[in-house]
Formats: sequence, structure tokens, C-alpha cells
Amino acid sequence: MPTMPAILATTTWTSLDVWIVAIGAISGVACALPGVFLLLRRMSMMGDAISHAVLPGLALAFLLTNTRDPYVMLTGAAIVGVLTAVFTQWIHSAGRVDEGASMGVVFTVLFALGLILIVQAANHVDLDPGCVLYGDIEAGPLETLRFAGLALPRSVWINGGVLVINAAIIFALYKEFRISTFDPTLSTTLGINATFMRYLLMTLVAITTVAAFETVGSILVIAMLIVPAATARMWSDRLGNTLLVAAAVAALSAPIGHWLALEGPAWFGYPGVDTKTAGGIAIALGGLFALSVVFAPRHGVVSKALHRLRLSVRVAREDLLGLLHRLGELGRPAENAMVNRLMRATQVGPITLGLAMRSLRREGLVTGRGRVQLSQRGAEAARDIVRSHRLWETYLEQHLALPADHLHHAAELLEHVTSPEMREGLERETGQPELDPHGKPIPRSPD
Amino acid sequence: MIRNGPSGQSRVSAEVTVRAPMESVHGPVATGEEHPSSAPLSIHDVTVAYHRKPVLWDVDYDAPEGKLIGVIGPNGAGKSTLLKVALDLTPKASGQITFYGQPYRKQRRIVAYVPQRESVDWDFPISALEVVAMGRYGRIGWFRRVGRKHREAALAALDRVGMADYAHRQISQLSGGQQQRVFLARALAQDARIYLMDEPFAGVDAATESAIVALLQQLSAAGRTVLVVHHDLQSAAQYFDHVMLLNMRVVAAGPVETTLTEQNLRATYGGRLTLLEEAAHAMAQSRREP
Repeated sequence: MPTMPAILATTTWTSLDVWIVAIGAISGVACALPGVFLLLRRMSMMGDAISHAVLPGLALAFLLTNTRDPYVMLTGAAIVGVLTAVFTQWIHSAGRVDEGASMGVVFTVLFALGLILIVQAANHVDLDPGCVLYGDIEAGPLETLRFAGLALPRSVWINGGVLVINAAIIFALYKEFRISTFDPTLSTTLGINATFMRYLLMTLVAITTVAAFETVGSILVIAMLIVPAATARMWSDRLGNTLLVAAAVAALSAPIGHWLALEGPAWFGYPGVDTKTAGGIAIALGGLFALSVVFAPRHGVVSKALHRLRLSVRVAREDLLGLLHRLGELGRPAENAMVNRLMRATQVGPITLGLAMRSLRREGLVTGRGRVQLSQRGAEAARDIVRSHRLWETYLEQHLALPADHLHHAAELLEHVTSPEMREGLERETGQPELDPHGKPIPRSPD
Repeated sequence: MIRNGPSGQSRVSAEVTVRAPMESVHGPVATGEEHPSSAPLSIHDVTVAYHRKPVLWDVDYDAPEGKLIGVIGPNGAGKSTLLKVALDLTPKASGQITFYGQPYRKQRRIVAYVPQRESVDWDFPISALEVVAMGRYGRIGWFRRVGRKHREAALAALDRVGMADYAHRQISQLSGGQQQRVFLARALAQDARIYLMDEPFAGVDAATESAIVALLQQLSAAGRTVLVVHHDLQSAAQYFDHVMLLNMRVVAAGPVETTLTEQNLRATYGGRLTLLEEAAHAMAQSRREP
């Protein structure tokens, strides 16, 4: 395997495309990490608020120092970002206003102030409000910055620096972030001040947002903060995994997004046109989220549907066994067609029924083709089902005094959740009668 | 359950709380303006207000050591606030609170708090064991990871509440009663001398409730002081050694036998004591008579 520099040298890593993707991935991962905590705190909108509210911080930093030095910009943004969180909290508690409303008041006012300041500043220099809103990732690779003897695009240095800060702080204070997010009250009583941790997170969100500004703008940065986190929650039930998956989703969205931006317009009849990569990244994130909603293992739609299907097949299997037992009691042969008709009459779908029958045959509980027969093991299983059913009917009549015509339906539901232990309990409680309330014999085990 | 310790004489059961320091129920504990009490929890002249409306008014209370104490009162009586102000979570307008004579910030290690179950998001991506391990964070200190020793302590605490089998379940997969046990295990993992619990029986099944009570009684038998915010009058007489009747002020405090009287309850609940509650209380009272 070639060493790392060899790969870099042999690939087209100096090309514009690769750099655009790299910048997108780096800023995406930098956003995804604090984004997970915003999502878990149910403060997703705080990312929105901060990303807008930092505008006056940027403008003021520029007006005061007259440079676009990244440190100055990040500091200005961080201060205003934390102020946004502080003001929101003040108005929320002092004015007794709902937190969302208080956030809305704070960030719109700050955003408007920022726009005025930018227009002021734009009279002196070139600062484009459009670029602030949508970002300019394509211009990212053009401006290089030499640092530690390495000439890399300026946005790689800035976003990379923020990524390193975020990852280092979250790694070092992992347990503190976890407890202050999950249970701020306990956190504070244990000496881990939840208010401090909250403002630390807000600071991270503010500097991350500002760093990602140039890349994706102040609106799409919200997608980068929240969507990877929301996607990761579909796949993971632990905080560590959620952070890792969110980072992976963010990294993956950059190449997909760039590809979409290059190729997408041609699909809609605009060949030769390419759109903004930032937009492509947001669409890629949305797509990954949608895929996760459908296919994620535990929380996905498909997995939930499969779970329901499995459950209904199990119930249909037990109902089938019960039916075969009852037909046997009546001495009626179980013709395939009749069994199907009787089962379909109980609202069982054809797919469920087919699957249930197939699994019974595969396990050797049921044999015979045109006429269905219970094997010896099948007969035992069927007897247990019917026994549970009729014991429940007896129990419900004895203990709840349900009228006879109400017993069957309840017992029908209960028989599917009855364990052998519960059946023993039922035997004890009902005094082991021979007949159920409808006068039908309660089948016994042969022992 | 032992109700009467060697010092189980009646405590001052003032109908109206006065500013004078209350005499202590147990041992030669000095109380007074100048000398802070060395009781496990000593609340002195504490007043708390939200938006200029008093929630607690001149509360004076010394918790007796090693007792299971119920904090009883109607909704809005300031029961939860009392715990929060003791833990510096809510600012107080006046007064002092000490734990064994020291302010809370110096005694974090010996005080464990069980907040109300609804106070956290149970969908949080975390396992039961990880929640319980949080009880150890105060000992672990900033920046450090949760080591094996602390994970084992957390597992032992889960085992004590009968939840060891659920250690690696995500907390949203637990029932309400199991979640409450996880919270309790977290407090146990703190290995404290004083436990402050906010409605630990809210929304749990009967089996969990009796398991929790048994555990609390074990704790107090081992010399730990346990303060439980509780609102069910009927079970209060069975569960606790001592009670504190609170309705913004301390209406009465002391051993269950002498404090949980109809007169005190009426004073605590004002007109809010319904006929049913009175009947329930009378029933509990008659059952306790030999």
C-alpha cells in the first residue's frame, strides 16, 4: 500500500474539485459535532439563531479592525454568538417569554443590525451580503494561506482549525457534555456547571458557524449543524456512535453534494451549467436523512414494517394452528381451500397467511398438500394455543364477569401473549375446569 | 421499621413558624444564629421568592441524622424548591443552609440528589449503566474518563435496585418504574451520606414503589439521612420515620406519630384537605393503633 503522501501526489488532489469537496467535508464534520448536542438539547433553532446573529459580530470586528483576519472575525462572532444565547435566556426568564419567541426576538434584531453594519462597511470595501447568505465554496481553493510551511486554501486552515478545536474540546469534556446535556440539574449539583457547559457549546456553535460561513453561508450552515445529527440518531442509541455517524454523514455529503452540483443541472435539461456545491451538500444531507428514515435498522420505516409483519405472521401461525385443532375436534377434514377461506374471514391478508403457512410447513408442524394435517409436534403446539384460549375465557368469566359473547375476542388477543408460566398461573387461578364457559373441552397436556 | 430512636421525643410542632431557632431532636446539637447546626441538613431562616412572590417563607429545619424523612405538603407548597435551594440550584432571598455545618459547595460529595423523573429526556442516546455512572462524575473530576472502578461501582448500584440485567439497554426501552430505579441507582452510586429525592414514587408501579421504600429504609438503617418529597398522605405514615409538613412555611416537623395529626394536616393543606383524604388519614391512623 502506498504511503499517504504518495496517494496525495498521484491523485488529482490539487484540482479545484478535490479541494471544494475537502472544504465541504471539513466544515461539515466541524458543524456536525456541536450539532449533535444542539439536537439532543432540543435547541436546533439556536443554531439558526446564532448563525444569523453573528453577522453584527463579523461586521463590527471588521469595522473596528479594518481587516478580514480570521482570528478577529472568529472572536467577534464568538462574542456575539454567546451574547445571543445570553440575551435569549434573559428575555426568556426575565420577560417570562417562551424560549422560542425570545430567540426570535434576539436573532432577528441582531441580524438586522448586522445587515445595516455590512451595508455601511460595503461602502468602504467589498463585502457581499449574498455571499454571507449562500457562501462561496467554489472560491475557497483560490485563496491560499501559508502556515507552518504549508500552503493550503485559507478555508481549509480555518475550518480545519475549528474542526480540531471542536473535536478536542468534545473529546476532552465528553463526560461533562454528556451529563450537562442529559441532566443539567444533576450536572450542576455534582460541580459540573451546566450553565458554563451550555455557553461553551454556544461558543463552539458560534465559531463553527462563522468558519463555515464562507463555505456554505449562514442559511445552509443550519443544515450542516442539524441534519447529520438527526440522521445519526436514526442509526444509533449511544452518544459516542451518534457523534461518529454524524461526522461520517457530514463527510459523505460533501462529495455527493459536489457531484450533484456538477451533474444535477444536466438532468433537468441545463447541460453545461453547474450550481452551487453548498446547495448540493444540503440536498445530499436531506437525501441521506430520507434514506435513514426509511432504512435505518431500529428506527427506520422499513424495519418497523418488517417487525409488524413478523408479528402478524406469528399471530397468523398461531391462529392457523388453533383453527386446525378446532376442525379436528369437529372431525372435519381441513381442506386447503376451506382453511384459507376461514382464515381470510378473520382479516388476515393473503401475504401474511402465505408466509405463516410456509413457516409452519418448513418447521414440520403442518404436513399434507390438498388437505392440511397437523404433525405430532404441530398438534401439541395447537393444543397449547387452544388451551390458552379457553383458559383465558374461563378466567375472564370468573374474575371479570364478562358476558359470554365478549370472552372470545379478548381471549383471542391474550392467547398470543401467553407464556407457559402464565398458562400455569391460569390453571391455578381457574381451578383446572374440564370445560370452558361455552361448554367446549379445555384440551390438556398428555402428561 | 424503627420509628423511635433513643431520642425520639416530640419535636417542636409549631403551628406558625417563629424565627427562633428550633430545638434539635437528637443529640447535643447546638443551633443558633451564630453557631451553625451540625445536623446533616440544617435550614435556617430560608426565604425563596419567584418574581417577588414568596415560595418558601422563613423556613427553619434541622434534619435528624439517619432518619427517613418525608417532606409533605400540597401542590405548590415549595417542596421541590426546598430541595433545589438546598442544592444551590435556586437562589434564596435570605437564610443559610448547611450540610453537617458546611455550605453545600463544600459538601457535594456527601449529598446525592434524585430529581423528578420527567426532568430529563428519556430518548437520550445513553444506556442505563451510563446514566448510573453519572453518579460517579463528581469523584472522577473534570477531563477524566469513567474508569473500570467507577463502571463497576455503577453496575453494583444497578444490581442493588434489581436492574443489573438492563445495564446495556437504552433508557427509552425501560418502563417508568425501571427508569425511576435507574435514577435511584445513580444516587446510590454517589455513595452519599444525605439523599434528597424529589417524588421518587411518581408514576411507578406498586412493586417498584415497595422496592424503593425498602431500599430507602435500608439506607436510613445504615445511618444515611434520606429526605423524600412526597404527596401521598396515606402512605406517608407507613413509609417515613419523620415528616416535615410544608406549605410555604414549616407547619410542623417531627416523628410521624406526633406530627402527622389531623390538626397539623389541616393547617398544612388549609381548605384543600378533602373529605376523602381525611377519611384515608383516619383509616391509616386506626390501622396503626395496636
